[in-house]
Amino acid sequence: MSKLNLVQAINQALRHEMERNPNMVLLGEDIGRDGGVFRVTEGLVDQFGDRRVVDTPLSESGIVGVAIGMAAYGLTPVVEIQFMGFLYAAMEQLISHAARLRTRTRGRYTCPLVVRTPYGGGIHAPEHHSESTEAYFVHTPGLKVVVPSTPAEAKGLLLSSLRDPDPVLFLEPAKIYRAIKEEVPEEEYLIPLGEARLVAEGKDVTLIAWGAMLHPTLKAADRMAEKGIEAEVIDLRTLSPLDSATIIRSVEKTGRAVIIHEAPQTCGLGAEIAARLCEEALLSLEAPIARVTGFDTPIPLPKTEKYYLPDVDQIVEAAEQVVGF
Amino acid sequence: MPKKVLHQFKVEFLQILDEAGRVDRDLWSGVDKKDEKEVKGFYEAMLLIRTFDEKALNLQREGRLGTYASVQGQEATQVGAVAALRPSDWVFPAFREPGVSLLRGLPMRMIYQYWSGDERGSAIPEEQHDFPIAIPVGTHIPQAVGAAWAAQFKNDPVAVVTFFGDGATSKGDFHEGLNFAGVFRLPIVFICQNNHWAISVPLSRQTASATLAQKAIAYGFEGIQVDGNDVFAVHTAVKQALDKARSGGGPTFIECFTYRLSDHTTADDASRYRSPQEVTAWRKKDPLIRLRAFIAQEYGWSESDEQAARRQAQERVAAAVHEFESVSPLNPEGMFDFLFAHPTPDLLRQKERLLKKLKKEKE
Repeated sequence: MSKLNLVQAINQALRHEMERNPNMVLLGEDIGRDGGVFRVTEGLVDQFGDRRVVDTPLSESGIVGVAIGMAAYGLTPVVEIQFMGFLYAAMEQLISHAARLRTRTRGRYTCPLVVRTPYGGGIHAPEHHSESTEAYFVHTPGLKVVVPSTPAEAKGLLLSSLRDPDPVLFLEPAKIYRAIKEEVPEEEYLIPLGEARLVAEGKDVTLIAWGAMLHPTLKAADRMAEKGIEAEVIDLRTLSPLDSATIIRSVEKTGRAVIIHEAPQTCGLGAEIAARLCEEALLSLEAPIARVTGFDTPIPLPKTEKYYLPDVDQIVEAAEQVVGF
Repeated sequence: MPKKVLHQFKVEFLQILDEAGRVDRDLWSGVDKKDEKEVKGFYEAMLLIRTFDEKALNLQREGRLGTYASVQGQEATQVGAVAALRPSDWVFPAFREPGVSLLRGLPMRMIYQYWSGDERGSAIPEEQHDFPIAIPVGTHIPQAVGAAWAAQFKNDPVAVVTFFGDGATSKGDFHEGLNFAGVFRLPIVFICQNNHWAISVPLSRQTASATLAQKAIAYGFEGIQVDGNDVFAVHTAVKQALDKARSGGGPTFIECFTYRLSDHTTADDASRYRSPQEVTAWRKKDPLIRLRAFIAQEYGWSESDEQAARRQAQERVAAAVHEFESVSPLNPEGMFDFLFAHPTPDLLRQKERLLKKLKKEKE
């Protein structure tokens, strides 16, 4: 076992699966010789050749479109889109085709396709590089949306995504690509999709987060613990399908919930989680559900993005208000 | 320093059978399939598609079918192309190719089913390597390219054909798909059925190019325009393109110059935007009329042959209508059954909700 960052863990998962599955091909812009803009695919073209690690034309809809055809034909295509803000050019392919191919052909054709893309702010990137618009995709029936929060999680979740018989959007939190290192087992292990992770147990309030936001959330929980408030922390891991059962079970225990995401607030995933808690756990709630989110504005350029992104102070403040309600 | 000419291009036009039913004897001698049985088979296939289509329009007017996109006028393109394909090849249609689907083996009943709003009409039989029709314009083009790429990757001796209209050539996915096909020299044939109208917008508003075929040149491969109402020209061009694709020669773009004689769909009224004179002129170029004239001259196709062929087509269509209207009702809860390989807890809960509603309705 060695200590790896998120980039290395994803690279290891891709390498492992390409060795196992000769029909797996990687497609994307600059993913070959250059190893991808974040170097996630570094070295893979040397090992597997340019038939399997394909530098494509600059053409997001084309890339996802050809990947759908490949998947239907029997390959396992894995697409890298350089930034989530560039994925919109391929939304029609994802939403109108990849997500509904199995349904509209009543199972005759399937689309085992993985689209990987970095997402989220905090990396001082230019415009359109820091989006966190996962809700668009969660809203799409037929797509799975997966977000890892640590290197070891990333490996297990990606291996499961690569073996999933349906299309998966795998969102990689760019802020923690290199910020965290942890032990990642070299051997294969699978983290099932659709199951949230209970990261910390507590009795006073449930904090729900995913991706890069898990880390300030954990810091907030530590700070609250110093004041004697015990927070339970849930890392969603899979945004679609959503593991309602784990969230509801936790809130039934704590009676309080705070949802943390960097996406804009309106119609963000926090709204869906809050609605489900109201439907399923209303009588357990002892306080209004709080959301700590980005604003309903485009994420600002680097000089002011820190004012947009939720931070530890905001999470602590929201949690304390909920606890003190 | 004088300016240099870097490249010069030409776009060829192929017609073998003219409007009067005469063939160019030199070109005709090069047509692969030209024995009497096969040529009559082309005509019978076109007649079947026309009969199917006329019935679909009638069924829609009677409220027995939903909105339907008529294919009248484009039969030669579809018959000529499919005759060049092998069953192992893959086809990615747009939404005005019932002739293609039919001739590739899709039960006629299923085409009626689809347009009646029954999703079982999209469940292509296992042995048929065709995608279901694509309603968003042009988005299936990169998918066809991907299938061709996968065939090349697996060294399968397979080519892919994708059909689309002139409107699709304005879409980004058309250009992205052709670009990939050119860069990676993929075994694919792009067949544009230039029927001159994208709903109400004429070709002149779709492109400033003199031809659509020339667009292929920009992507590094051959483009040709053929008379799309001439089944021999279409068949010859598609066969050559498929042979080229299967032998590693890369993609070809074929613009079939044809015309939609009917409205865009049954929800459209084409008389609002195009002149009766234009339609009348194109009616004279009808692919069925000219092929019938040819087989009458060449093989002595008689009025009784014609009547027999029409009767046969009508019987087949009537049988398909009967089958389509006798299928068991569609289970509404089926909408949950194919979304994922394994249903999620949310889907199971929602399915339960629907089942409850259905039970209540029954009571």
